Amino acid sequence: MDINDLRSLITVLCLACFVGICVWAYSRSARAGFDEAARLPFTDDDAPALAGGRHSKEG
Amino acid sequence: MQSQATYNYNVVRQFSIMTVVWGVVGMLVGVIVAAQLVWPQLNLNEWLHFGRLRPLHTNGVIFAFGGCALFATSYFCVQRTCHTPLFAPWLASFTFWGWQAVIVLAVITLPLGLTTGKEYAELEWPIDILIAAVWVSYAVVFFGTIAKRKTSHIYVANWFFGGFILTVALLHIVNSAALPVTLTKSYSAYAGVQDAMVQWWYGHNAVGFFLTAGFLGMMYYFVPKQAERPVYSYRLSVVHFWALIFTYMWAGPHHLHYTALPDWTQSVGMIFSLILLAPSWGGMINGVMTLSGAWHKLRTDPILKFLITALSFYGMSTFEGPMMSIKTVNALSHYTDWTIGHVHSGALGWVAMISIGSMYYLIPRMYGKTQMYSVGLINAHFWIATIGIVLYIASMWIAGVMQGLMWRATNPDGTLTYSFVESVKASYPFWTIRLLGGVMFLTGMLIMFYNMVRTMAGEKAYEAPVVAPAAAHA
Repeated sequence: MDINDLRSLITVLCLACFVGICVWAYSRSARAGFDEAARLPFTDDDAPALAGGRHSKEG
Repeated sequence: MQSQATYNYNVVRQFSIMTVVWGVVGMLVGVIVAAQLVWPQLNLNEWLHFGRLRPLHTNGVIFAFGGCALFATSYFCVQRTCHTPLFAPWLASFTFWGWQAVIVLAVITLPLGLTTGKEYAELEWPIDILIAAVWVSYAVVFFGTIAKRKTSHIYVANWFFGGFILTVALLHIVNSAALPVTLTKSYSAYAGVQDAMVQWWYGHNAVGFFLTAGFLGMMYYFVPKQAERPVYSYRLSVVHFWALIFTYMWAGPHHLHYTALPDWTQSVGMIFSLILLAPSWGGMINGVMTLSGAWHKLRTDPILKFLITALSFYGMSTFEGPMMSIKTVNALSHYTDWTIGHVHSGALGWVAMISIGSMYYLIPRMYGKTQMYSVGLINAHFWIATIGIVLYIASMWIAGVMQGLMWRATNPDGTLTYSFVESVKASYPFWTIRLLGGVMFLTGMLIMFYNMVRTMAGEKAYEAPVVAPAAAHA
């Protein structure tokens, strides 16, 4: 086996890995987690008036 | 309230302000080099001629303006979506001062003619070492923050930012490998066509990961935030993230069509560039469709106008790019102004507009406000910038196709129809229109600078309290 077999093998493994990711991403079991993750930007309100916080002295 | 932990807004604030400052500087240098093409007498002396100012422009807008925007937004996004302050705040502070030092050194060395001659990697080896140190620190701060997150998921924007940080570290370190001869001179570790291939593996992935993945991270946080709706399809974001990661690395050879690079390598580069259309458009569609059901917001919200127009230009330039990578198209477009037009449709349309929109969201929040000093001025900035881009890219398309056709035209006896200088002469009107477009875009940046100064005037820096993730579900 020479180095080119290894190179081909890695290419094939990368493709298989990507196909695996696609299957996983579209599987039903991933859905709940994705919905939860998609809400992450909204789990904290950065509107300063609501969040409180303070103005530091350094300006 | 005083005892409560706060997010590290300080470093975000510093990078945000410098984004606008370096944006003005980098685009001003761009306007100067555009003017030098129209009026060659503006090449005043060896330090300020086109050949030395042009890399200063590219470094200034990509690494100073774009880089600061990426630091600011990634530090903001990772803290807020992980519900924890930045890991190693002193190291975050080092990334700010270190990055500014790199930019100042570039401003000094490039006009002096100190360069490695590698496009987008011109800086000499001592500066390269500083860049590597800053970048590794950036990775430590970013991934350290993710490691101590209070949430179970890592939000998709952080995946894009993380992919961008890791890849840029790899690209920079490999491509900058060199043998120093003196403090200001080094020779590449690679020779001949290998050197060219390493350079464009770096060069195209700088486009793919610095100018695409990083700014997609920005898009995945600020578009949902400003539209107040979650991303259109989270699973699409996962799939197109991995598709980009697996494909971009192979596209570099399209910069070396019809060169000494082996023909099969050129074909591989072309095919992977064509495949890239799919994941690129996946990102564009995901961003634009996030607005579905809320399109009316586009009418009234100039920040959303910036973000959505950026995505439109992203879709346009990622369609144009694969087309230009086709060898027969490239035979016409390569070395012409078409390439310059393509780059600026991506750089001004996508990168600058998504950064500007994100900064208009970020800057007021750094001072405890939710809105810039003037929304009207944001709107003015949007229109003047958009018209400027259209003038810029349309003139470059026409000039580029014209140059390509003139250079390849032959007489029946096989001699060239046009001399090179005839194509230069024919390009003047389009270079003038390009200059006008650039001046308009710079004017927009100056409006933004004024708006930022007025937003900050009399305000004290704001420190936001860390929010527990559970509290938001209540």
